[in-house]
Amino acid sequence: MQRHLISAADLTRDDAVLILDTAEEMARVADRPIKKLPTLRGRTVVNLFFEDSTRTRISFEAAEKRLSADVINFSAKGSSVSKGESLKDTAQTLEAMGVDAVVIRHGASGAPYTLANSGWIDAAVINAGDGTHQHPTQALLDAFTMRRRLVGRDAGLGRDLAGKRITIVGDVLHSRVARSNVDLLHTLGAEVTLVAPPTLLPVGIGSWPCEVSYDLDSTLPKADAVMMLRVQRERMNAAFFPTEREYARRYGLDADRMAKMPADAIVMHPGPMVRGMEITAEVADSDRCTAIEQVANGVSIRMAVLYLLLGGNEPAVGQARPSVHQQPSDRRPAHTVSTDEEK
Amino acid sequence: MSKILIRGAKVLGGEPQDVLIEGETIAGVGTGLSAEGAEVVEAEGKVLLPGLVDLHTHLREPGREDSETVLTGTRAAASGGYTAVFAMANTFPVADTAGVVEQVWRLGREHGYCDVQPIGAVTVGLEGKKLAELGAMHESAAGVTVFSDDGKCVDDAVIMRRALEYVKAFGGVVAQHAQEPRLTEGAQMNEGVVSAELGLGGWPAVAEESIIARDVLLAEHVGSRVHICHLSTAGSVEIVRWAKSRGIDVTAEVTPHHLLLTDELVRSYNPVYKVNPPLRTERDVTALREALADGTIDIVATDHAPHPHEDKDCEWAAAAMGMVGLETALSVVQETMVDTGLLDWAGVADRMSYKPARIGRATGHGRPLEAGEPANLTLVDTAYRGPVNPAGFASRSRNTPYEGRELPGRVTHTWLRGKATLVDGKLA
Repeated sequence: MQRHLISAADLTRDDAVLILDTAEEMARVADRPIKKLPTLRGRTVVNLFFEDSTRTRISFEAAEKRLSADVINFSAKGSSVSKGESLKDTAQTLEAMGVDAVVIRHGASGAPYTLANSGWIDAAVINAGDGTHQHPTQALLDAFTMRRRLVGRDAGLGRDLAGKRITIVGDVLHSRVARSNVDLLHTLGAEVTLVAPPTLLPVGIGSWPCEVSYDLDSTLPKADAVMMLRVQRERMNAAFFPTEREYARRYGLDADRMAKMPADAIVMHPGPMVRGMEITAEVADSDRCTAIEQVANGVSIRMAVLYLLLGGNEPAVGQARPSVHQQPSDRRPAHTVSTDEEK
Repeated sequence: MSKILIRGAKVLGGEPQDVLIEGETIAGVGTGLSAEGAEVVEAEGKVLLPGLVDLHTHLREPGREDSETVLTGTRAAASGGYTAVFAMANTFPVADTAGVVEQVWRLGREHGYCDVQPIGAVTVGLEGKKLAELGAMHESAAGVTVFSDDGKCVDDAVIMRRALEYVKAFGGVVAQHAQEPRLTEGAQMNEGVVSAELGLGGWPAVAEESIIARDVLLAEHVGSRVHICHLSTAGSVEIVRWAKSRGIDVTAEVTPHHLLLTDELVRSYNPVYKVNPPLRTERDVTALREALADGTIDIVATDHAPHPHEDKDCEWAAAAMGMVGLETALSVVQETMVDTGLLDWAGVADRMSYKPARIGRATGHGRPLEAGEPANLTLVDTAYRGPVNPAGFASRSRNTPYEGRELPGRVTHTWLRGKATLVDGKLA
């Protein structure tokens, strides 16, 4: 594992599988009455959010607290950032306060990369979404959800997504979720097809490790998972598509389209959903839609990432105690999590 | 009258010759010239060029003296071998009146490191709506002949047409910053493979090429000359080549950085590579070099764009666009054009001195190295090779993309009308 998590493209297959396996361990903690591990006790994590994102911030905060980290939430609104303080000054201020990790959400593509590589700070940097670039923990939680549903919770341990066919539909151009997913799913051996009107695909997409289609209906029968991306209504004002209704007709997922998917295929959405736009309420509320599971899985994934970046290279707390669960030895991750508070 | 004998220099890269300067003028060029009463500069192995002329410099004064002043900018110019620079109009206030251009012109004269020829804005406040008083700026002491809204495109076709027509009355030229504004809203870098991966707003080549195509056709229609600033794409080269083949009076410039760097560098998210127009692809770089060699592109212009440290020490989107270039331009041209065999030193003199002076009507600059001509000269140690060290820059700003990069060539002496402005690499 690297010291930072900036891009899904930086993860090797083994890194990614280790994170997914570790997240399964973390998920078991969530099933217990006391959902807390002492792993990051005494470590400080700051959630540095230059862009509003209540969902992602809460998910990270839950993960941090379950690992017993001290959590500082920093929102750019109403802070010195809105008075013109630079990213550098903000970062150095936090550094001076002794933070161990910075979870950063920023509207500018590359801001987390710059934070991690500029020499401004020593803390581990976790990208919680930057501009239209990357959102690696989203891709990890999506892969985790796919592996559970398409391979199996226990059967999936130690395994990747080889041969799984994933269709991602929507505003790829403006989507960090799509970029992260293409990178990670390709690393994990899945076959990805992106579907969008040509206006919502970036020039230069030909070099991405995926297929591209303008036609949703033809991709549905062979998809193991269909991920619908949020499409902002305002895009139609910039002529990306004519009207909301036309978008929904051509690229929205409704019950008729869902019926064309294989029986065990799943529907995914990173949220927040725009019901009636890219997805109908009927599909969103169906058993095949994993949107809520994705939220729950997000906490497990973020716990795993924080643990591996901050605690993973040190002996687990309370070595004498047994780990959360026993796995077959060939699938055992390099690091195990102790449960000394719960025993 | 002071006498200087430059002994044994390879004049325009040719056979070693002596050049005698008397006062402000070249008194003689030949072999075995008498050194009697003259200060001797041993120039064996070095190349002597006419003083370089930059048609595209940002001196930032008035308004942004934190990044550059006329003094620091002209010292940087002298360090880079320049004897004349054209100062762009996007200052604060904008150089759109006779008062502002005269101030900039006079500051250059007073400091004496390099002639400063102000460029006037085409439109009031660079807003693209109303013609600035072009005639008044031309008739001022500054004698403006080049007009540009550089930094902004004159995108209104009617305004552009009128400007092209109007300046004909006094032999002026409009230098267009070709950037279709609607196609580049939120643009952060060249649109292509790299921008798609990095999630940075794309700056399509067509935004530049469509404006160039329109403007060469406008120039043809109204019978005016037009100059294209910092041409950056292979497609732009094709359009200019086509226009010249039709006899349209178009000239074009390329920056040193577009001859060397590509958008692959943006993967570092290091804002030192953020520039307008953006760094393009390897294919574009190759086309630009070939076009400069075959004369489709007439000149090299630096687009020297100083910015204070804080405007580059930040995330990409927040950073200012531009790079300093005066002190590295000749080295980059040697690296990309001379050492590759695309251009000889006479060709460098043509692209960096004769032609820019002619386009800008800079009298006394870009003249042949002959007796009786003004002694505007640059002496270059072309055998030198070393890393670029921004700490040694004369410019007030350090935003160079070449820090630490090994480049060939070092200007050792510059003379402005016989007066040394740079001696042994040190400002006089």
